[in-house]
Amino acid sequence: MARVAILNYIKRPSLVHELTGTTKLIFFIAWSVASMITFDTRILVCMLVIGAVIFRLSRIRIKDISVVLGLAAVFLLLNNIFIYLFTPEYGVELYESRTLLFAGVGRYAVTAQQLFYHLNITLKVICVVPVALLFIACTDPSEFAASLARIGVSYRAGYAVSLALRYIPDVQREYTNISQAQQARGIDLSGKDKLFTRLKNSVAILLPLVMSSLNRIETVSNAMELRGFGKEKKRTWYTARGLKRNDWLTIGFAAAILAIDLMVTFWDGSRYYNPFL
Amino acid sequence: MAEPIISFKDYGFQYLAQASPTLYHINLDIYPGEKVLIAVASGSGKSTIGSCINGLIPYAYPGESTGKLLVGGKDPARESIFNLSQIVGTVLQDTDGQFIGLTVGEDIAFALENDCVPQKEMKKTVQEVARLVDIDHHLEYAPHELSGGQKQRVSLAGVMVEQVQALLFDEPLANLDPAAGRATIELIDRIQERTGAAVIIIEHRLEDVLWRRVDRIVLMDEGRIVADLPTKEFLTGEMLVDHGIREPLYLTALRYAGVPMAEELEPQHVDSLRLSAENKEQVRAWFRENEPSRKAEAERQEILRVENLSFGYTPEVQNLQKVNFSIREGEMVSIVGKNGAGKSTLAKLICGFEKPTAGRICLAGRDISGDTIKERAQRIGYVMQNPNQMISKPLIWDEVEMALLGGSMSAEERKERVEETLKICGLYPFRKWPVSALSFGQKKRVTIAGILVQRPQMIILDEPTAGQDYHHYTEIMEFLKALNAQGFTIVMITHDMHLMLEYTPRAIVFSEGELLADTTAAHVLNDPDLVDRANLKETSLYTLSMACGVEDPQEFTKRFIAYEEAHRKRQEG
Repeated sequence: MARVAILNYIKRPSLVHELTGTTKLIFFIAWSVASMITFDTRILVCMLVIGAVIFRLSRIRIKDISVVLGLAAVFLLLNNIFIYLFTPEYGVELYESRTLLFAGVGRYAVTAQQLFYHLNITLKVICVVPVALLFIACTDPSEFAASLARIGVSYRAGYAVSLALRYIPDVQREYTNISQAQQARGIDLSGKDKLFTRLKNSVAILLPLVMSSLNRIETVSNAMELRGFGKEKKRTWYTARGLKRNDWLTIGFAAAILAIDLMVTFWDGSRYYNPFL
Repeated sequence: MAEPIISFKDYGFQYLAQASPTLYHINLDIYPGEKVLIAVASGSGKSTIGSCINGLIPYAYPGESTGKLLVGGKDPARESIFNLSQIVGTVLQDTDGQFIGLTVGEDIAFALENDCVPQKEMKKTVQEVARLVDIDHHLEYAPHELSGGQKQRVSLAGVMVEQVQALLFDEPLANLDPAAGRATIELIDRIQERTGAAVIIIEHRLEDVLWRRVDRIVLMDEGRIVADLPTKEFLTGEMLVDHGIREPLYLTALRYAGVPMAEELEPQHVDSLRLSAENKEQVRAWFRENEPSRKAEAERQEILRVENLSFGYTPEVQNLQKVNFSIREGEMVSIVGKNGAGKSTLAKLICGFEKPTAGRICLAGRDISGDTIKERAQRIGYVMQNPNQMISKPLIWDEVEMALLGGSMSAEERKERVEETLKICGLYPFRKWPVSALSFGQKKRVTIAGILVQRPQMIILDEPTAGQDYHHYTEIMEFLKALNAQGFTIVMITHDMHLMLEYTPRAIVFSEGELLADTTAAHVLNDPDLVDRANLKETSLYTLSMACGVEDPQEFTKRFIAYEEAHRKRQEG
């Protein structure tokens, strides 16, 4: 039994779950584009609030996706650190003013502009990541493939992705089983050994895991071929659903967000909202 | 006569990467509406012949073929696998692995989706076929909510949406408990009556398949067909015994009793047997004559004691409830029961992978509740079902030595221990070999060696023979028996009743997380009530002894096993 679910489809009755995969995919794309384009803090804050509301509506709990959220937080932190290390004055350049807060060491001064720039970067990530996770957690993997196919992606690629998503829980279960059996052979994975030994030991689990996953892939691909997968250029979908009122509303909403975003961002000819001038 | 749906003419096949052919000179015709059982004694021909029929050869497994093969009048090498899949529907052995959709309905619809059938029509077909295999009330279920037997029904429905002319089953009984296996055989029979498709079953559990009518039995050994006869005629001969396949137990018993085999006996099913009064007396006489010499069993020391053990993965569900039993040194014990009865959970608790919610486990009189996985592993070894789940080193020597590396042994001591273990396991000649060069059965030995090297007092094996052909099955079981004879205590989790009956004197039966019975293997299969509650299947020896008027069926089974063991020893000596 895998206790720690990393990221997979979580079935719960909610408004977000009821939307078709296609709607969610369109929304997710529009949302990502919107938050990637803009550096306008006002818009980002609005999106953050909307994102929080959607998250609430989805009935997915923070702890369901805590592992990936944690990972995302680490990368965000690293990202910020590196931006500062390489371009400590980028904010100053961007906002064309310099408000010194601390003198710092050498070129590493702390300016309000640089901090504001970091705030915007962070906001962008915080806007996109939860919605992306939500998209995966609320979309039935088979509908996921159907929705990709609908917007023009090859159904083979779509199905590959959805199968991968689907097998995540199985592989986790297998990992637990293998690691238990290997621990019984004296492989210690607890914190007692040195990092190098631990890395070496983890190979003892990964190799069998890869082997058994390859077996699994062979079986499922044989099963799929024996039932005609890949025969035609197109295929139909048992789970496909027509778009309902809520779907159209959601797509409209996504379009509106993107439109407003573009308008506000390019109204004054700059992607950046500048409070310093 | 109608055209055969499948026709092999002097067909041979060699895999691309292999030095010698896997199939030689196969001549086999299968006609519409026939039901044919293919029993494979040894060699890797089992999956190969199936793959030839459904087109995986040469589509997924390339190689060189000779002679001629026609499936539905077409040459598989020239047709696409998709066209073949509309002629032959294949139900693979792995009930989990072939489940593609996320729900029952979606999985059944998979082939229709690929055919671009409109959704409305698709739903209607799925509904119809699901009703045929009696799974129509579970269309919304996910795979993990289904039992092994139900998953198999889904796979069957999934190939039947295509209106195939032949159904191919690759070891349909391998992953099922005995009662579910019986239901499967009944279902296959019903489906065939309804659709008139040819049915090909590749299986070595003959007696279980013969639960329903089979027209013909084809016996393969080392890649060749050695017999292809109508069922009755086949069973009167001694082909099975000669090629090392388990013949139905009631037939072996009749043979021991000296009843001459003849087609008039109707040997294809224990219920159809036509025994004369004389035959019955022969069976009773055999029973009287073979009173076993009762050896006084030496009182052995208790090694494992489980007291009031309870456990649940979640607080709401109890996977094990107040389990009590003990195992003595040098015993060989089966733990049986239907899928999900709590057998594997019990093993995990004993090895310390999970912590019990109540109760305790004692090893040689000492409570080990506080011991870590590693500490327990010194004394209790655990062997997983599939050797690929355990092997993590490329070389045999390294794989076996692995468990010792963290310990306090010197290099010299380690070398000695590994050598000794390899000798016990018959792997010493291969010590320098890479693991990848070994057969499945040999790999299994490597994993067992990797456990034995720690000199545990007891080993627990999860389904040691799952998915093996009869040859490997016997190889693994005889090896375990030899280990047991050397004093190792062996506990096996299994749902193979033949295994239990043949190799383990004692069986512990689980159902729904409760210990139902702890008794002799012979008793388990002679108690109709127990058989029913634990999803098992009574042995045909029970039915035979009742039919012949033997007063004590349980004793009959015991004497049969004792006789068989002595018989085998006589043959070897």
